[in-house]
Amino acid sequence: MLKKIEAIIREDKLNDVKEALKEIGIVGLNIFEIRGHGRQGGITLVGRSGSYQVDLLTKIQLNIILSEQNLEETIETILNAAGTGETGDGLIFVYPVEEAIRIRTRERGQEAVMYPGDIDERKGRSKAKA
Amino acid sequence: MAGEINSGDTAWLLVSCALVLMMTPALALFYGGMVRRKNLLSTLTLSYIFMGLAGVQWILYGYSLAFGADIGGLVGGLNFLGFNGVGAAPNPDYAKTIPHNLFAAFQMMFAVITPALITGAFVERVRFKSFLIFSLIWMTLVYDPLAHWVWGKGGWLGALGALDFAGGTVVHIAAGYSALAFAMVIGPRKGFGNIPMEPNNIPFTVLGTGLLWVGWFGFNAGSALAANGVAVNALLTTNTSAATAGLVWMVLGWLDGRPSTLGIATGMVVGLAAVTPASGYVSPLAAMVIGAVAAVICYYAIRFRQNRNLDESMDVWACHGMASTWGMIATGLFATVELNAAGGNGLFYGNPSQLPIQFLAVVVTMAFSFGVTLVVAKLLDMSIGLRASTMEEEVGLDISAHGERAYS
Repeated sequence: MLKKIEAIIREDKLNDVKEALKEIGIVGLNIFEIRGHGRQGGITLVGRSGSYQVDLLTKIQLNIILSEQNLEETIETILNAAGTGETGDGLIFVYPVEEAIRIRTRERGQEAVMYPGDIDERKGRSKAKA
Repeated sequence: MAGEINSGDTAWLLVSCALVLMMTPALALFYGGMVRRKNLLSTLTLSYIFMGLAGVQWILYGYSLAFGADIGGLVGGLNFLGFNGVGAAPNPDYAKTIPHNLFAAFQMMFAVITPALITGAFVERVRFKSFLIFSLIWMTLVYDPLAHWVWGKGGWLGALGALDFAGGTVVHIAAGYSALAFAMVIGPRKGFGNIPMEPNNIPFTVLGTGLLWVGWFGFNAGSALAANGVAVNALLTTNTSAATAGLVWMVLGWLDGRPSTLGIATGMVVGLAAVTPASGYVSPLAAMVIGAVAAVICYYAIRFRQNRNLDESMDVWACHGMASTWGMIATGLFATVELNAAGGNGLFYGNPSQLPIQFLAVVVTMAFSFGVTLVVAKLLDMSIGLRASTMEEEVGLDISAHGERAYS
């Protein structure tokens, strides 16, 4: 069963999160630069004379497609790497994925999202077992 | 009788021409950085176009209206149309030691940047065609006569003894109050006060500030019209005022939260505008006071404008208009003939009668530039319309007016 993690994180936490994910063997991911606001509601910027409120902040949306068995560990890793305890840390959404197809090899399903040296390979799971 | 051309003076004024011309692209960057990205090219063009428009108008008839043979103290005659008679022989009425056409060229650079200053009032919403028509009328009805009043041989404000070394009235107060009038007629940008309008590129504004500062050496020190001690003093006072105003602005911003880069850059430009009328008449220490006070006045003038919800978008009035208003008054306080024999003494040098003349020059410039701009802008608004359509404004003037965008 494939899942998609959509994690909205602080712009400045992207490197920490990427590093932490690499550490546990999450190899494939992509990001969007998005703008939005949640509970934090934006920030105050200083202009020429006095300050003004900006309500849409740049955030990073991290997209990861992975096997369900790796979901909790990945979420835990993101939580640890992206969290500061302040408002504006972001949100994580998890969705089911209908299908995944690697264009080069036409592999489908979990095979399509496995990489050399990734979390499954490290744990000794073969493609067939995964 | 033509004087002898001095090569040192001529060389310095040639350089000053180049420095002052550079201020218009610098201003384009200064303003361009502060608008939203969809209006960056439009904002750059509003300034740049004057290197074309004023560059042609000045040769054809602008110089003549400003510096031609005096008609009743109000305007120059048509004797210099097409730069006819404006040649290499010096014109002793204006500058004895440089070619007349160099003086006229130096003045042209002022005629280029002054209307460009006004564009800060209506960026992101003006209709380009209406802007061009307004600008031509403004240069003809406001700038040229005003330049004559203050600097033209026989001009009535100059004849009264008003001291304006490099254009506090003609350039900065005129631009500032015209900007105010225009902003009141065209109205605020759509969403002004409700949605944040973040500057698209503050580095452009910072770069523009630096280039303006350098260019201002030509503007003020060049206004000595000679390579002499007055020019050097003007350069020093210019630098000192900008330096002080930048520092004071930084402190004011800090007290309100953080010392913003945009604020520091703004303060520097305010210091430059403030010292402009005084630069050739006052000491560097007086320039320090001028810069410091200007920063405080303009910082709170912006606040005042913001609290009134008036979208005079780039603060041409609050910065240039108010800075030079103070600068003109300060000239009436700090001017001394010890530094410039051709100038006068201010209040602090035992001459209380200079101050009222300075006030008069300020009030006349304010009333004239504000009044004419208000009427012209209103008439244009009622006839052809000053504003881009709502759709054009929302899309951004880069695409809707110029068919291109700043970034792909």
